[in-house]
Amino acid sequence: MARNDLQGTLDLLVLKTLSQKGELHGYGIVLHIQRASDTLLFVEEGSLYPALHRMEMSGWIRSEWKATETNRKAKFYRLTPAGQRELQNAEKSFEQLVKGIRAMLRYA
Amino acid sequence: MSIFRRLANTFSRSELHQEIDAEIQSHVEMRIADNIAAGMSPEEARRDALLRFGSRVVIRERMTAADAATAFDAFGRDLRYAARQLRRSPAFTATALVTLILGIGANVVVFSVLNAALLRPLDVPQPAGLCHVVHKQQGYDNQSYPDYLDFKSKNSTFSDMAAYRIESAGLSTKDAAYKCWYYRVSGNFFDMLGVQPAQGRFFHASDEHGPNSAPYIVLSDDFWRAHFDADARIVGTTVDVNKHPFTVIGVAPPAFHGTEVFLWPAFWMPIVNSPSGDTADYLASRFSHNLLILGRLKPGVTAQQATDNLNAIAQELARQNRADDGLDARLTKPGLMGDQLGAPARSFLAGIMLLALLVLLAACANLASLFAACTADRSRELAIRLAIGSSRWNVLRQLLSEAVLLSVLGGALGTIFSTFLLNALTRWQPFPEFPIHVAVSPDPKVYFVALLLSIGSGMLWGLVPMRQVWATDSAQVMKSSGAGTIVFRRFTLRELLLGVQITLCTLLVTASFVALRGMQRSLHAPFGFQPQGVLLAETDLHMGGHSDASTTQMQKRMLEEVTRVPGVSSVGIIDETPLGTGGSGSFVFRVGTTDFRMSTSAFGAKYFSISPGYLTAAGTRLLTGRDFTWHDDARARNVAIVNQTFAQRMFGTTSPIGLRFLVGQGTPYEVVGVVENGKYESLTEAPWAAMFFPLEQSPQSDTSLIVRSPLPPSEIVPELRQVLAQIDPSLPFVFHTWPDALGFVQFPARIATATLGVMGLLAAMLALTGVFGMAMYSVSKRMREFGIRVAVGAQPVQLMRSALSRPLILLLSGSVAGLLLGVIASQLLAQIVYQATPRDPLVLGGVVITMALLGFVATWIPAQRAFGVHPARLLREE
Repeated sequence: MARNDLQGTLDLLVLKTLSQKGELHGYGIVLHIQRASDTLLFVEEGSLYPALHRMEMSGWIRSEWKATETNRKAKFYRLTPAGQRELQNAEKSFEQLVKGIRAMLRYA
Repeated sequence: MSIFRRLANTFSRSELHQEIDAEIQSHVEMRIADNIAAGMSPEEARRDALLRFGSRVVIRERMTAADAATAFDAFGRDLRYAARQLRRSPAFTATALVTLILGIGANVVVFSVLNAALLRPLDVPQPAGLCHVVHKQQGYDNQSYPDYLDFKSKNSTFSDMAAYRIESAGLSTKDAAYKCWYYRVSGNFFDMLGVQPAQGRFFHASDEHGPNSAPYIVLSDDFWRAHFDADARIVGTTVDVNKHPFTVIGVAPPAFHGTEVFLWPAFWMPIVNSPSGDTADYLASRFSHNLLILGRLKPGVTAQQATDNLNAIAQELARQNRADDGLDARLTKPGLMGDQLGAPARSFLAGIMLLALLVLLAACANLASLFAACTADRSRELAIRLAIGSSRWNVLRQLLSEAVLLSVLGGALGTIFSTFLLNALTRWQPFPEFPIHVAVSPDPKVYFVALLLSIGSGMLWGLVPMRQVWATDSAQVMKSSGAGTIVFRRFTLRELLLGVQITLCTLLVTASFVALRGMQRSLHAPFGFQPQGVLLAETDLHMGGHSDASTTQMQKRMLEEVTRVPGVSSVGIIDETPLGTGGSGSFVFRVGTTDFRMSTSAFGAKYFSISPGYLTAAGTRLLTGRDFTWHDDARARNVAIVNQTFAQRMFGTTSPIGLRFLVGQGTPYEVVGVVENGKYESLTEAPWAAMFFPLEQSPQSDTSLIVRSPLPPSEIVPELRQVLAQIDPSLPFVFHTWPDALGFVQFPARIATATLGVMGLLAAMLALTGVFGMAMYSVSKRMREFGIRVAVGAQPVQLMRSALSRPLILLLSGSVAGLLLGVIASQLLAQIVYQATPRDPLVLGGVVITMALLGFVATWIPAQRAFGVHPARLLREE
């Protein structure tokens, strides 16, 4: 349950995004989360990069400099097997969190 | 893997930064492009993109915060900043450095000595498991040879046991003669310690075949180099020890100095032999307690098991042998002559170490209050740093870096100075006639402790401003110019620190006053003789090859010849001078005793053999009765002169003249005189019973000529030397004045006094700087207030009172607390320093005057400043 904090949520969103899209740069991740959540979730652009950096340091994602469709140079991120596992854990603990919160709300 | 990546980042930090910048740049550009595509103007698009993104610098900081690289880097940056900060306030830096050098230096010196004396194992190949076997009662460390053999053969807990005794003898070759100290050791000594010879061979247990069967000696490396020019051909040749031939069979390796830390022998001889040739008695007698037993525990055996084992053996021995009545066993750490040196050394060094730590603590308190003041002056800077986004932890880390950097620097310098001092100590031989080496060079353990102390003390005083940083409200600080309210609140912390510091310092000053006063008294203590104006000429007639039968004739001739020397007013002979290095004790019994053992004795008494005229020459007062004459010889009745304590304990209040007592196995002695009490072994001893026998009835080869003369020693020594050489040119004599000879017994007290004096001086300096710093700071902070008060008509005295009353109150209360603590703590000092008592008006007065003087000196300059307030100029400045 310790990972059920906001940081964990951002990690989960990023990992999920990468597992769905395969390979994406930071800006793309921001756009994807916004689009996929029906503009309910906004990722603070500045906060994303420290999170990405940390996840890369933890070995969950790998990065590579590549050209975008518009031929701009950007750093593309993709999941590693460790990241896959981390995603499963994060999803599981997030579901627990949601369940817990829902139970709390119902109880009240 | 991620660890490698982090570490890799360490080496490519600038690359990492560039990469982060590039990534951020590409993100912002993509946003701009999208914004333009959504219809914004390029200006608008750019502004929006940057706004959404936030501060790049902060993000970069947060990204890199995860890297080990940045942890190192931040540390380096902190250090660089700290160094700049320290350079900017040279007064603080210099004060702190000097304080730390003294505080840490003192600790390094004391710890080095403690390490060398108590912690470092013996310098032998396998020091583990080595211990002395001594008696339970403190100070009774010596064992008899038969007991040693029994302990060695009957125990089941030691892998081996060796015995040794420390003696002095004259070693002569055909060219030269030296008086030297050596060990007589059991044959297995070297084998048990695992030492290998550097030249020739060592003797072994297999070389021992009864008394005088192994006339061999092994030279120490030092002695071999000093007197035989490191000539390997010496092995196999014969030298004379007290005129008896011994073959040099080997030389010990340079690192081996025997099994005593401070007493290095010139050579080793098998215990079954002796320079005088008469060993049979000694080897067979359970009454002669003269050697130390060194044992090596079997692996896995605990000290307790071994002690129990030995005590069981001791009880069995006590049942079988009358002489072993009450025999018991205890283990103690080797290296300091059992507990003879060990027990006082342990308590003394522990005490001094404690005082040194107190000095460091006082120094830390001093620095903490200085540092808190410095930090208060920087509160604006700190507030700004907090306001622009630095975390409190970062600010704190910064302050801590300054403290630790300074402490480590001070510690390093302090250690360097101490190393010089310690190396000088190591080369120092306090007494030329004794092989005492104070080998206290620092080893890695010492450097480690120095580092630990430095970092620890840096943390201690560096963390004091923590509360300050935590409580800083940046808006508040920047609004009010300076730091009025905060300073006032923090003031109490600094005051507390100063109070603690002054208490500690007074404690130390009290301790050193007590020691100095005790030393002064011990120099003027009643010794029971008058050493001033006396010259000693000491020798051992055995060294000249004289047999016991002829010694008294020799001594008589010496007295006759020396009396004729012009300028000699009186002369006498004693076997061992009181307060010298020897001295023997024996049990005495009341008349009527038939069974002579420890438990039936009246008490133990020191005994000496003296010539007629000794008492006059030594200046020992004869209270009643008569001195000996040359008619008190072997044919006459056994007579003795006793001291007051003896007379009182043996005979109570009845006049002892003509009464008798028994010594040894019942030999009766008649008391013919009573002399004043004296000191016989150490300055701190409780009064001993002592008895003196005439030389003719108890002949001794040890000879100390007591020559009293009004002439200076330089005039009389050549004459004496010539006269004595005419009697026997081969006899080595040691000449010195009696006060000089007493240097040995006064040595511990002198060392203690010097050490405590230095500690007290350090403490006084710390108290001075502490009070000065606080008074100066409080005056300088309130100059403006003073200016206004002067302008509205305040008198200088009123200003002084408000500026200096707090430091002075602190000084007063701290001093009183410290003095009380000092009085309590000084009970401990009494064990080392003779007559150390704090209940001495001179000590109390001295401490009070010292602290008052310190207070006066420390507040003089601040008071001058407060006096010199010039309102107009001050207000203009603001």
